[in-house]
Amino acid sequence: MTIRASKLWLGYGVAMAWFFVLLWPLLGIKAEGLEFAESISIWLKVAVAAAILLGLHQLKQGGLFRFLEKPTQAASAAADALAARVPRWLALCAVAACALAFPMLTERYAHDVAISVLVYIILGLGLNVVVGLAGLLDLGYIAFFGVGAYTYALLSVHFELSFWLCLPIAACFSAIAGCIIGYPTLRMRGDYLAIVTLGFGEIVRIVINNWMSLTNGPNGVLGIKSPGAYWFKDGSFEHIWLNSLEQLYYIILGLAMLTIVAVYRLNYSRIGRAFEAVREDQTAAELMGVNTLRLKLLAYAMGAVFGGIAGTFFAARMKFVSPESFTFIESAMVLAMVVLGGMGSIPGVILGSLALIALPEVFRGFEMYRMFVFGGVMAVMMIFRPKGLWPAKRMGARSEERD
Amino acid sequence: MEFLLQQLVNGITLGGVYALVALGYTMVYGIIQLINFAHGEIYAAGGYMGVILISWLFAQGYPPAICLGAALLLAMGYCALLAMAVEKVAYKPLRHSSRLSVLLSALGMSIFLQNGLMLTQGVYDRAYPGEMVQGGFEVAGAVVSYMQVIIVSVTIVLLLALNLLVFKTRIGKAMRATAQDKTMSALVGINSSRIISLTFAIGAALACAAGIMVGLYYGSVRYDMGFVPGIKAFSAAVLGGIGNITGAMIGGLLIGMIEVFAAGYISSEYKDVFAFIILIAVLYFMPTGIMGENVDDTRV
Amino acid sequence: MTEQTPILELKNVTSAYGRIKAIKGISLKVYPGEVVSIIGANGAGKSTTLMSISGVIKPTSGEVWYAGDRIDGLAPDLLPSRGLCQVPEGRRIFPRLTVEENLDMGAFFRKDTDAINHDKNRVFQMFPILLERRKQHGGTLSGGEQQMLAMGRALMGRPKLLLLDEPSLGLAPLIVQQIFRIIREINEVDGVTVVLVEQNANLALKSSSRGYVLETGNVVMEDDAQALLVNPAIRAAYLGE
Ligand SMILES: Nc1ncnc2c1ncn2[C@@H]1O[C@H](COP(=O)(O)OP(=O)(O)OP(=O)(O)O)[C@@H](O)[C@H]1O
Ligand SMILES: [Mg+2]
Repeated sequence: MTIRASKLWLGYGVAMAWFFVLLWPLLGIKAEGLEFAESISIWLKVAVAAAILLGLHQLKQGGLFRFLEKPTQAASAAADALAARVPRWLALCAVAACALAFPMLTERYAHDVAISVLVYIILGLGLNVVVGLAGLLDLGYIAFFGVGAYTYALLSVHFELSFWLCLPIAACFSAIAGCIIGYPTLRMRGDYLAIVTLGFGEIVRIVINNWMSLTNGPNGVLGIKSPGAYWFKDGSFEHIWLNSLEQLYYIILGLAMLTIVAVYRLNYSRIGRAFEAVREDQTAAELMGVNTLRLKLLAYAMGAVFGGIAGTFFAARMKFVSPESFTFIESAMVLAMVVLGGMGSIPGVILGSLALIALPEVFRGFEMYRMFVFGGVMAVMMIFRPKGLWPAKRMGARSEERD
Repeated sequence: MEFLLQQLVNGITLGGVYALVALGYTMVYGIIQLINFAHGEIYAAGGYMGVILISWLFAQGYPPAICLGAALLLAMGYCALLAMAVEKVAYKPLRHSSRLSVLLSALGMSIFLQNGLMLTQGVYDRAYPGEMVQGGFEVAGAVVSYMQVIIVSVTIVLLLALNLLVFKTRIGKAMRATAQDKTMSALVGINSSRIISLTFAIGAALACAAGIMVGLYYGSVRYDMGFVPGIKAFSAAVLGGIGNITGAMIGGLLIGMIEVFAAGYISSEYKDVFAFIILIAVLYFMPTGIMGENVDDTRV
Repeated sequence: MTEQTPILELKNVTSAYGRIKAIKGISLKVYPGEVVSIIGANGAGKSTTLMSISGVIKPTSGEVWYAGDRIDGLAPDLLPSRGLCQVPEGRRIFPRLTVEENLDMGAFFRKDTDAINHDKNRVFQMFPILLERRKQHGGTLSGGEQQMLAMGRALMGRPKLLLLDEPSLGLAPLIVQQIFRIIREINEVDGVTVVLVEQNANLALKSSSRGYVLETGNVVMEDDAQALLVNPAIRAAYLGE
């Protein structure tokens, strides 16, 4: 063994000992007495897994997998060539067709999951405008979702306004909320922004939770109407409620597609490029005459609009809203989606929401491990794949990646 | 008057706890310019270690004072190891990445640890052995519980010890030097990795003590108990000027006081909101805090 | 003297910031007891050379040898205890440490308290103003005082080899005189080997035994200091004639 290898295994030994010291007290010290079985069994699993990973890493370093490199490279090159030959519009059409046909091919349960995924896609894309495009870390994004949801909930319950009318109203309210939150915070430096938006998110939740006369507090708002529509039947138009899962699926699919198109256009618009300039080098952007504060405010407002739209739909779909749906964990979840998928990348965000919302449904038995795994994955991703699963193409080196 | 005095007593107790947690934020921010989101979880882990150790020691029949002292020391050691592990695994490999990456990694660790606590300790409140410290006395109409006396004295001892360590010892000077200029401190022979590790360890030990005392004070702990106090303590650190150790102590005390008085005189439902509003107002109107911040590189 | 083994030797050292090479294959030798100056225009790579020696910048190729060991790739914090100390460009005083604490940091790796105190007193003798300002924060000192403090801090490490980066920068002539007197003193009395990077080529060469001339990352000339001082090309380019 080389010195480096033995150092690596020594590190492994220390790390595993350390891990045991951290694990055992949590599981093994009980008032009834000390216990080792459970912690040792977990520890062993982790130790073996880590040893295997380390061994594989060593083999790779030693060049044992070099014989695999050529075939895999060839395969990925072939895949790239194939992808390049299929026109983009064709691939998009195929995806769209699948999305349209989805309810006919699947069961109720799958519709339910798909609706959640689409809601999160809108949220993810909205947050992506703020984080990915403008480079502003927002940890209270779910507040806009909440504003949208409560706007529709209250308007629907108290004034019987229709979903379609409330959609733009809620979007406006969210945008205003975005500006109110954005204005005092955007002058702050980046990492303070994170904690302040987190604080704002909590403020919104606490206010919703305590403003009994308006929001009915923790009990939530009941009796929210589904989206309505006029349907031609027996020679006249008749008002119906679109409340089956399929109908809701198509509504959210439409909203999600609109969002995708909007964000796509934004990405390649003049404003999108200005965002990029601000993200890459704020000082330079300012010198070139970009009004950075206004631009950031715009990013906030636009992100908020998508949040509000998603929220409106959420309220209509659940027919019930309560503050519990708008906790920090939800903000973290949306952020995790964006980060996992690839900041600034539309397909990345879609992939991210599939991974975070749909995958756990597949592994239902592991429900309780979901956030645990996400947290870990988020940290690991930052180390090994900071640009996400499907990185944005246009993103150059970020100005903050100095040193 | 009695009410005011009572609030003062409660405010000092709470403020001391916030000060202990705020120190970890401020020291870590001072040295690597990172908002260590996982710090609140270290505090929660401290609270749990307190329950675990005190229950066990108590069951072995040790007197309360020994239970408390031993649990405090052991748990502080545990949290120091935990925080050092977090730093080594999730922050150190990112030392040369963008600050957004580290921030997200920290957020990930926070979620990871919080759920790790939930998985190992359960979703429900876990109670401290109730009969540990009871009773109190009255001063001019205000009730001071023995628990409050313990909290305030432990806090004072820890704050004094930290001050001695940071301002009087060789290692403390090296910590400050590293926070001020990492390249130069390397050029005089200071191993910055080790100093950073140590900073995390010290911050964690203090947060752990705070977690235990809060657990004892309220009688129970919960896996997500670190989240809100974490933000408040960070607000305290910002209020005092981030990177500034004395500032964090004063900021903690102020935030504790403000919270208790706001809850007492304005509205207890909205008490958490005040801390956040102060955070935002401070950052907006005096971003360097009341004591001035000790951070050289403030770019993101 | 030149038959000795060098205390410091750079063999073909290249260092880069990102993709831009700041020095391109620098070779130089420094013998024990010498004062060697490195001169060159702004951006020639002088500071980069020193930083590559002290390990703050990792050379992308080439070797750095110090006192018989290869030291490139070593962490910078391992070098002071081996007797290699640097006063970097811009002095880099710890701004919120007191003058005395700054000096203590210079002796961070040392455990011999009595000797440390002795050295501290000696620094105070060399620079009496520092004794006066002992309790003041380093950041509040004047430029000249900061330069003295930076020198004093480096001396607290009892260096065998001292790297000085532009000790005269921005200082009044009288202070410059004083700084250079100290440099000669520690070289002659304590036998400290000195590598001196200077804009002020005249002054530097007058205090050195040999000199290297750097241009855009390359050594373009090396010679005895006296010879460089009278070299017409050098006089034209660096001595302002
Ligand atoms: N941190 C850095 N990042 C990128 N390039 C750098 C950095 N530091 C120096 N350089 C570049 O490397 C080259 C050499 O710089 P260096 O500081 O070594 O010059 P110097 O000879 O010390 O100049 P001066 O006399 O002005 O101090 C310069 O072209 C400079 O622009
Ligand atoms: Mg220079």
